[in-house]
Amino acid sequence: MSIYTPPANWFQKPKGAERLWVGLALIWCMIMFLAMPYWHFFGKQNSTGEGYKVTPAAYSQRVQQFIASNKVGDVNGMPVVEPAPGGDAYLQAQMWTWLPILKLRMGQTYRIHLSSMDLLHGFSLQPLNMNFMVLPGYDHVLTITPTTSGEFSIVCNEFCGVGHHLMSGRIIVEE
Amino acid sequence: MHAVVAVVFLLIGGIGAILLGLTRWPAVHLLDVNWYYRILTVHGLNMLIFWMLNFEMAVLYFACTTLLNSRLASAKAAWAGFILMVVGGIMVNIAVFTGTSDVLVTSYVPLKAHPAFYLGIILVAVGTLVCVINYFATIYIAKRDHTYEGTVPLVVFGATAAAIIAVVTLLHGAVTMIPTFLWSLGVIETIDAAWYRITWWGLGHMSQQVNVCAMVSIWYFLGTMTVGSKPLNQAVCRSAFVLYILFINVAAAHHILVDPGVSAGWKIWNTSYAMYLAVLASMIHGFTVPASVEVAMRKKGHKRGLFGWLAAAPWSNPGFSGFFLSLIIFGFGGGITGVTLGTQQINIMAHNTLRIPGHFHVTVVGGTTLAFMAVTYYVVPLFFQRDFLAKSWCRIQPWVFGGGITMAALGMSFAGSFGVPRRHWDIDFTGAQFAVGFDSAAHLWLAVLGVGAVVATTGLFMFILLVVGTVFFGRSNAGRPMEAWHTEQSVAESTKDENVAEDEDHEAPGTVVLALIFLLTFAVYYFANWKWLSDVWEVR
Repeated sequence: MSIYTPPANWFQKPKGAERLWVGLALIWCMIMFLAMPYWHFFGKQNSTGEGYKVTPAAYSQRVQQFIASNKVGDVNGMPVVEPAPGGDAYLQAQMWTWLPILKLRMGQTYRIHLSSMDLLHGFSLQPLNMNFMVLPGYDHVLTITPTTSGEFSIVCNEFCGVGHHLMSGRIIVEE
Repeated sequence: MHAVVAVVFLLIGGIGAILLGLTRWPAVHLLDVNWYYRILTVHGLNMLIFWMLNFEMAVLYFACTTLLNSRLASAKAAWAGFILMVVGGIMVNIAVFTGTSDVLVTSYVPLKAHPAFYLGIILVAVGTLVCVINYFATIYIAKRDHTYEGTVPLVVFGATAAAIIAVVTLLHGAVTMIPTFLWSLGVIETIDAAWYRITWWGLGHMSQQVNVCAMVSIWYFLGTMTVGSKPLNQAVCRSAFVLYILFINVAAAHHILVDPGVSAGWKIWNTSYAMYLAVLASMIHGFTVPASVEVAMRKKGHKRGLFGWLAAAPWSNPGFSGFFLSLIIFGFGGGITGVTLGTQQINIMAHNTLRIPGHFHVTVVGGTTLAFMAVTYYVVPLFFQRDFLAKSWCRIQPWVFGGGITMAALGMSFAGSFGVPRRHWDIDFTGAQFAVGFDSAAHLWLAVLGVGAVVATTGLFMFILLVVGTVFFGRSNAGRPMEAWHTEQSVAESTKDENVAEDEDHEAPGTVVLALIFLLTFAVYYFANWKWLSDVWEVR
């Protein structure tokens, strides 16, 4: 009985179905254990967490520079910026905007930098459903290759104040 | 006392739950934006921390005094811990309700709350620590005074595992919350956002493992009380608890899988070996608990077919239905989703979406809360010496609550699969700079969430009314043997023939089939997620 003290010889090896199940469960856990390293080396979606310390002021300066030298247009007063394929692209999260709009090419690889000017924000790319954290004081670098084209929304999915539900941005991918 | 206060916090959290459910249901969209986040903070803290912790302290005291037949080490310390926990809980609630601390349960810096908010949490933590130390002291006294012989019962062993994890959790809490409190007072200038997230989750997810441990102990307890089951193999069950203690702490790393500055190697290591050994423990309990029920039922003569024992189980006893529903909801819902979401790469598709609350509502609510409710149906008649009022309502309560929360969690999980964020007031983005359109199916799933929330909170209010009503107005059962909810045997009878081990005690073919169905479901869901992942953009 689970609510009384067990008999003196309680320490016994499992047997029968219980033993089988412990074995099966262990094997399944081992499979899952190996799945992550396997995907790390052979899969294409891995968040390696590349990050650098950066002050909000220094980061903002880089974003301004990036916009100034790569700007190709405007939508709703928001600059549209096209980085060189293989190059760096900067996104700045701030209550409650994503700056700027990025214009990328399908199949090309970019180093996309993410950082926040104030609180924590969440980078959520819809309708693809890819999600990453954006922290103040950290430059989060994602090496991304868009494999589909079209217009994608960036949603903030970490609570950042009452305007949180208004914080949206854009990434445009051309073929 | 802890259990009574726990129920009060449950009530506050429950009122919050229905308001939030009706806000996230887009067709209703009840609360305004300020109150949505305020109530979300209230709901999270009262449910996840104040209700759970207070009930767990009640479980600990029950395990070390009633089950070990001992006196409490220090009544004064018990009161001190209790008062600290209550005062802290009230402080936090006031800080949030006055609108100075809309920071949600995670309170990520640099989002700042009123100092009273952090101080309240610290007081709750200190109070809990006092209780836990009192628990260990009581175990020591019981051992010294020989109130029991040999090894402690399995339920006490499980409770002790919960208490050990609680201590480690509270230490993380101190490391996180004390500097944060000082920061809110202006003594410390800045707190690193990444550091805060890592230490906070050392507190945040581990505290949930205290819940799991307490819940599993209650499963074993209720298995014994309702059908007279006993563990198939003490050594296996106890080893599984030890696995929880050893490994679960690092598994909290799975909240940081898409954070910058944390290396992939660290993420993979901490979410693989540690998490899966803890998962192994859960899978073991997930087998031994129903298997012990099956063995007990077969011994009573319910031997027909694979599942005759399950059909004949005392489903009209809320202690049993609550316990078994909790087991199924936790295993199939919470376990499978939790492991999948905690996979380093799959997390990319789930982080901060509604899939996360979808997961923890089936673990902490459908699993732990339901188990706590089920055990209450035994504890109230025992401690308050009163029979339950309206027994037919008691019988359906676990079904209403379990069914509602399952529906709500399914709604969250599927809406989250369509990318709907958690902690978000308006997924229609009315007035936003750039329109964001979610799939219309997401709206449908959010409606399912809303309806589920209404059903589940109905079950919750039923529970509170029944318990409070019984405590105050129930017919006294003093002097009479406790009725075991009109199941075939009284409690005393069903726990009689202990310690008689026979070989057929290990035959549980029905459970084997159930376990294999579980494993198959798990594998299908797990690999389907890898498939979905391979369709998103490439990222390093």
